Amino acid sequence: METTGLPDCPAADEEQLLYAKILQIGMYIGLVLLLVTFALYTSGVIAPAVPVEQLPDYWTMNVHDYLEATNRDHLHQEHPISGWAWVTVLGKGDYLTFVGITLLAGVTIVCYLGIIPTLIRKRDKAFVAMAVLEVLILTLAASGILAVGH
Amino acid sequence: MPGARRLVGLVAGEPERRCDRRPITARVAVSVAVSASLGLIVLLHPSAVYAAELAMPASASGSTAWWVWPLVLFALTFVMGILAALGGVGGGVLYVPIVSGFFPFHLDFVRGCGLLVALAGALAAGPGFLKMNLASLRLAMPVALIASTCAIFGAMVGLALPTNIVQTALGATILGIVALMMSAKKSVFPEVEEADSLSSSLRICGVYTEASMGQTINWKVHRTVPGLLLFIVIGVMAGMFGLGAGWANVPVLNLVMGAPLKVSVATSKFLLSITDTSAAWIYVNKGAVIPMMVVPSLVGIMLGSFIGVRILRVARPTFVRWMVIGLLLFAGAKAITKGLGLPFIV
Repeated sequence: METTGLPDCPAADEEQLLYAKILQIGMYIGLVLLLVTFALYTSGVIAPAVPVEQLPDYWTMNVHDYLEATNRDHLHQEHPISGWAWVTVLGKGDYLTFVGITLLAGVTIVCYLGIIPTLIRKRDKAFVAMAVLEVLILTLAASGILAVGH
Repeated sequence: MPGARRLVGLVAGEPERRCDRRPITARVAVSVAVSASLGLIVLLHPSAVYAAELAMPASASGSTAWWVWPLVLFALTFVMGILAALGGVGGGVLYVPIVSGFFPFHLDFVRGCGLLVALAGALAAGPGFLKMNLASLRLAMPVALIASTCAIFGAMVGLALPTNIVQTALGATILGIVALMMSAKKSVFPEVEEADSLSSSLRICGVYTEASMGQTINWKVHRTVPGLLLFIVIGVMAGMFGLGAGWANVPVLNLVMGAPLKVSVATSKFLLSITDTSAAWIYVNKGAVIPMMVVPSLVGIMLGSFIGVRILRVARPTFVRWMVIGLLLFAGAKAITKGLGLPFIV
């Protein structure tokens, strides 16, 4: 580490600032969507799949049993809702909140995609490779292909 | 520039600490490894396997009205947010053991929620840190690639294992974190005489303004390979237990790799937005997300952190830090006894 007496901090890299900008916008959109959809859900404006007063009957179960039980008692789908299947029941208040949650969870992928052109232009091969790999890994995680269970 | 370094340390109000390479690397590595080992020992212990065969209590919520739990959760996470900001830890490390130990929610949902809580905090802080150049994208990207990949693996393992085993391993990990918090030193400006070849070739270095001194600090890192290897363990544990991993990120970035403390803290916080994203997706796709838990927790901890940062100006951080350590000890013990089906004082 070295110190100098320069008064101003030099600007961060171009791709870092771009990443920050996309992250900030995505975070605000996700947060607002989460709060708005939650308000619609709890106020009853959009009816939930699982009535809120019955939630304590389910949240003590492990996730597998929870999905089975809520599907059997309320959703009546061919399969319990997991992966991206929540998109098919967006008309239900509780599943509508997933829009905000997935936006918050997905904004990092958008950030990485956003900086790849800049990294390519700067011929920063190692970081291009890292960014592409990270996008692939996060996309794989988001895809729902990696299914696990009890 | 030894004179300048000493001046920096004195102005910052911290005694200069020289980075003695091997002992510090070894100490942090041992601490992280001890946490992992404790978890693994519990995973493999016959009593834990036996306990896993016992059914978890079906319900602890009894006849309590449904709205009480989100309300209490909001109040608790609000207090947690204050304590986390004052105690210098992320919210997830307090959230998961306490909520899983004392609330009726199943551990699967608590871990999913814990990751989203840590993720939201990281997303909120990340842009500011990046713009100020306190968080370094070049330092974070290689680390994130390893940690996020391993966090996916950790999340899959955590969701596949029986709850009792994960709960017991979580308790052991929390006690390991307590040991790490009590033993790990911090170095405001670690001495990095020469960047290693990997960090040099990747140009992992940076500059930031230290406002307290009006000085511009140039930094670089060393011991990149050991640091990256430690993030394998950190990633797995973050995903498996739903913990944000700031408790481990900061010591590795600061003491092992030699990044300045402020850069380590800011980069760690930003890093969580990537590591926790990968693990969170596994929980979201599995369906281990209950919005009635997520939103009150998220809002509570964000508001609490907001207040906590302001209280920090007048509070005595050392006292609060010990209080957080006490809370973690309590929550860790509770998690272990709950996982093993043993009685606890609460």
